[in-house]
Amino acid sequence: MKNIIVVGNGMVGYKFCEKFVAQSGNEAFKVTVFGEEPRPAYDRVHLSEFFENQDAKALEMAPAEWYAENGIELITGERVSDIHRSKKTITTVKDREFSYDYLVLATGSSAFVPPIKGVEKEGVFVYRTIEDLEGMLAYAEKVKKTNPNPRAAVLGGGLLGLEAGKAAMDMGLEPHIVEFASKLMPRQLDSRSSQVLQLKLESIGLNIHLSKATNQILGDKAITGMEFGEDDVLDCDMLIISAGIRPRDELGKTCGLEMGVRGGIVVDNKMQTSDDSIYAIGEIALYNQMIFGLVAPGYDMAGVAVDQILGKTESLMPAEIDMSTKLKLIGVDVASFGEPFMPASKGHSVIFENKTQHLYKRINVSLDGKSLLGGILVGDASDYNMLHQVYLNGMAIPEDAAQLILPATEGGAFGSALDLPDTAQICSCENVSKGQICGAIKDGSCEDLAGVISSTKASTSCGGCKPMVTDLVNETLKSLGKTVKNVICEHFEYSRQELYGIIKIKKLTSFNEVLDTCGTGHGCETCKPLVSSIFASLYNFTPNKEDVTQDTNDKFLANIQRNGTYSVVPRIAGGEITPEGLIVLGQIGSKYNLYTKITGGARIDFFGAELNDLPAIWKELIDAGFESGHAYGKSLRTVKSCVGSTWCRYGLDESISFAIELENRYKGLRSPHKLKGGVSGCIRECAEARGKDFGVIAVEGGWNLYVGGNGGATPRHAELLAEKIDNETVLKYLDRYLMYYIQTAAPLMRTAAWLDKLEGGIEQLKKIVIDDSLNIASELEKEMQFLIDAYECEWKQAIENENTKKRFNHFVNSDDRDDNLVFVPMRDQKMPEHWKN
Amino acid sequence: METLLSKYKTVKEEDVKVWFKAASVDAFPKDGGACVKYKDLQIAVFNFSRLNTWYACQNLSPEKQEMVLSRGMLGDHKGIPKIACPLHKKTFSLLTGENLNGDLDPIATYPVKIEGENVYIGFSD
Ligand code: SRM
Ligand SMILES: Cc1cc2nc3c(=O)[nH]c(=O)nc-3n(C[C@H](O)[C@H](O)[C@H](O)COP(=O)(O)OP(=O)(O)OC[C@H]3O[C@@H](n4cnc5c(N)ncnc54)[C@H](O)[C@@H]3O)c2cc1C
Ligand code: SF4
Ligand code: FES
Repeated sequence: MKNIIVVGNGMVGYKFCEKFVAQSGNEAFKVTVFGEEPRPAYDRVHLSEFFENQDAKALEMAPAEWYAENGIELITGERVSDIHRSKKTITTVKDREFSYDYLVLATGSSAFVPPIKGVEKEGVFVYRTIEDLEGMLAYAEKVKKTNPNPRAAVLGGGLLGLEAGKAAMDMGLEPHIVEFASKLMPRQLDSRSSQVLQLKLESIGLNIHLSKATNQILGDKAITGMEFGEDDVLDCDMLIISAGIRPRDELGKTCGLEMGVRGGIVVDNKMQTSDDSIYAIGEIALYNQMIFGLVAPGYDMAGVAVDQILGKTESLMPAEIDMSTKLKLIGVDVASFGEPFMPASKGHSVIFENKTQHLYKRINVSLDGKSLLGGILVGDASDYNMLHQVYLNGMAIPEDAAQLILPATEGGAFGSALDLPDTAQICSCENVSKGQICGAIKDGSCEDLAGVISSTKASTSCGGCKPMVTDLVNETLKSLGKTVKNVICEHFEYSRQELYGIIKIKKLTSFNEVLDTCGTGHGCETCKPLVSSIFASLYNFTPNKEDVTQDTNDKFLANIQRNGTYSVVPRIAGGEITPEGLIVLGQIGSKYNLYTKITGGARIDFFGAELNDLPAIWKELIDAGFESGHAYGKSLRTVKSCVGSTWCRYGLDESISFAIELENRYKGLRSPHKLKGGVSGCIRECAEARGKDFGVIAVEGGWNLYVGGNGGATPRHAELLAEKIDNETVLKYLDRYLMYYIQTAAPLMRTAAWLDKLEGGIEQLKKIVIDDSLNIASELEKEMQFLIDAYECEWKQAIENENTKKRFNHFVNSDDRDDNLVFVPMRDQKMPEHWKN
Repeated sequence: METLLSKYKTVKEEDVKVWFKAASVDAFPKDGGACVKYKDLQIAVFNFSRLNTWYACQNLSPEKQEMVLSRGMLGDHKGIPKIACPLHKKTFSLLTGENLNGDLDPIATYPVKIEGENVYIGFSD
């Protein structure tokens, strides 16, 4: 048995182990890994996610058990301190000695800290390990206690610096990026794109300071600011240094391996150092006189080292290494690939810039106009994957190269993803080609996206290629004549629309009946609420009928809050409320000590109600004439209104009255996702009707009816369905449109996404709704009328039934309340204490 | 220090010292759950009537440490009975407490027996 010792359990050291155990011929070796950090290797690329949940385990590349299960000995928290090449051993800081036949150095790099006066002060951090982040979080909390408007500076405006700036912002500090160069991301961007990026970053709250050389860091013990010139000072409470990396090459130096002038251990294309038995991979390796600060090349190096040690000597590192990058900062698209800067003698550049939209796209094309050499995208990098592929594979480009970056033309300049050559590398982190992805489907070894991802590992690292992998899988399935079937879950082999049809035809009325008729197993949190929603849409069953199959909010007819208490939202149709109504609401809120807020839907929300109190609160509301606002349901929420011609000097019609009529008409209507409406009295559109699932706007001669709008995660303006129609026609078209949506949409799909997917789009919808091309209009109207007539306030039902009321006791065997609840004061009200983890 | 989470430890049937009478069978909804108070513990008890079996586990969701699991939804994953937390839909095996869709620590489970019309939960102290 030969010994392999791996020094460093970072991303690349781990990848070496993973690739090693997957290869044949590994039985003859025992692998021992030393890591200096306290935990097994984790995903440094997604380090910033640690700020969201502080869940270190979620970042693990593999749990500690994985190493043991695969016969690898993992020793964490122990740094290797010396290499003794003559006797082929290493020693650790604990003075333990181990011998090796092959040594693999994967010690990575550390953050470079420039020698500025005062860097040792408290509050100065680097951004590299989980411990660094824990330190920052603790320090930020401390600073926030004494300073209500704390600031964090980031030294370095590169890829990582910007990520650190966003992190500082998420920690609640005012972020300032300080860059020595005259542009941001100097290695990836030209000055124009840097300016566009700067505008975009400033618009989301990052402050940018360019061309600043830091002289010293100010403060007594802890940092209070940075000084650039005599009168040029930036006050700050914290500093994150992100000024580049330095390879951790101490071991190589002391044992006399060949080193680069500026650090790094020299390797050849076999990843071998100047000593045949020692390999170096990842950010420690100096290959072609370069250190590669990205995971993809590091992973390739790990693969080459594994192959070489196992005797597959033909496996070599390619001479050219792709350094294309895409920034993964949430909300800001930046990417560069190939040769981003192009001297005019080598090619032509095509540039599209639109500062008002924070958009910049540049591509560099060869002098003969035939191939793509590189480019930069800021503001919209949705074409990055495709452009990157065209570049990598030297694919032909349109005669007018500008088509590659001009704002979306119908169908786009690209063909289908299937046109790529089989060798095209789709996932560069895991080195998966298009051939492997499509092959996995074609040879029958995988059936769907999830299968392809787990068997090829494509898109499991940075995730940037996921959209392309999805396209390839779907296109391949289609090309094989397989329908890309959206089944509900493991219990039902049907789509929502199919199940809707089955339930309707067989007149099924309970979940168990549905499961026994056309499902398997015992249901789950996906299919239970879905079936309940279909019952509601077909028969207007309220959640009281079968409460155990309802989503939690529907089950308790209230929205669960982060501490397990609930919110209470009575309906305030159209936003209209009498002063007396307001007084009652005030009294109830105050009696039950509820946090009170006006919602974005123009009504009043009470928060922090304990489960036990819900029936009593609702009894008082109902006695005062209120009813459920269905804020908890996938159902009609609000129909927002403006004051319209009732009060407004520009109003063309009575928008309040019409909004109230619409809200009352569709209240309680359950649908695949929530529904919102709006009615504006004129095109000034104060009700934001075009941001809703249905919007009605008064114009000269009637109402314009818009459908398929959305605020939320993917905003979309509603599209015009019909012009200048009267009240009655609005109702008729709305009945048809809403009912058609309810019957055909996928679960949790808003009308906007549904309309986008509807073949033929708005024109097709017009034919169905207005011209009745499918001959279903009267059926749809009838079904809607049934639901409207069957409406009942479900809170009224709940409080009138002693049995139903029991659902709202926290304990079955005691009247006690949940003793785990802790509220803290906030301004003049209260809020739940922060989560403990 | 005793944390909230550390108060909940799985009890095996053979280690039961106390069978605590929680409530009558019909206090628990069919294919649903409810919460039982025992000393200072909150125990979620489920009447999985499709399987004709009862389960009990801690009411505390290990993710954000809120007392909510009894309000979650029952189901199965490849035949393993499970409960989905109402807050973020983390699911846990009712047999082993294992987190089925993530790598949270397992939750504590407790034995349940039905005698006459009553539901009993087993504790070791
Ligand atoms: C309370 C409120 C925020 C506020 O304090 O103002 C709110 C609170 C929540 N919103 Fe909202 N949204 C509220 C107005 C909005 C609006 C504004 C509007 O309606 O004009 C929007 C954008 C408009 C839109 O929907 O198109 C909005 C877009 C969302 C979305 C994104 C939907 C999307 O299609 O992308 C979600 C997530 C979802 O539903 O999946 C969401 C989900 C939620 C949930 C239900 C999240 C949850 O599951 O816990 C929050 C529940 C709070 C609670 O317990 O009451 N909320 N939410 C507003 C309640 C309005 C009301 O009176 O009912
Ligand atoms: C916040 C952040 C975001 C990033 N984003 C991206 C990105 O989007 N895309 C991208 O491609 N790259 C990104 N990177 C870079 C990427 O993380 C690195 O390229 C990659 O981690 C390098 O892997 P490595 O194994 O060579 O080094 P490391 O992951 O640094 O691992 C080296 C390990 O060796 C240990 N070690 C060192 N010396 C010894 C010793 N003597 N004995 C024992 N153990 C030792 C170290 O403690 C460390 O754990 C990012 C990096 C950071 C910090
Ligand atoms: S935007 Fe809506 S869903 Fe998001 S935190 Fe605010 S209320 Fe909750
Ligand atoms: S608190 Fe239970 S899953 Fe998040």
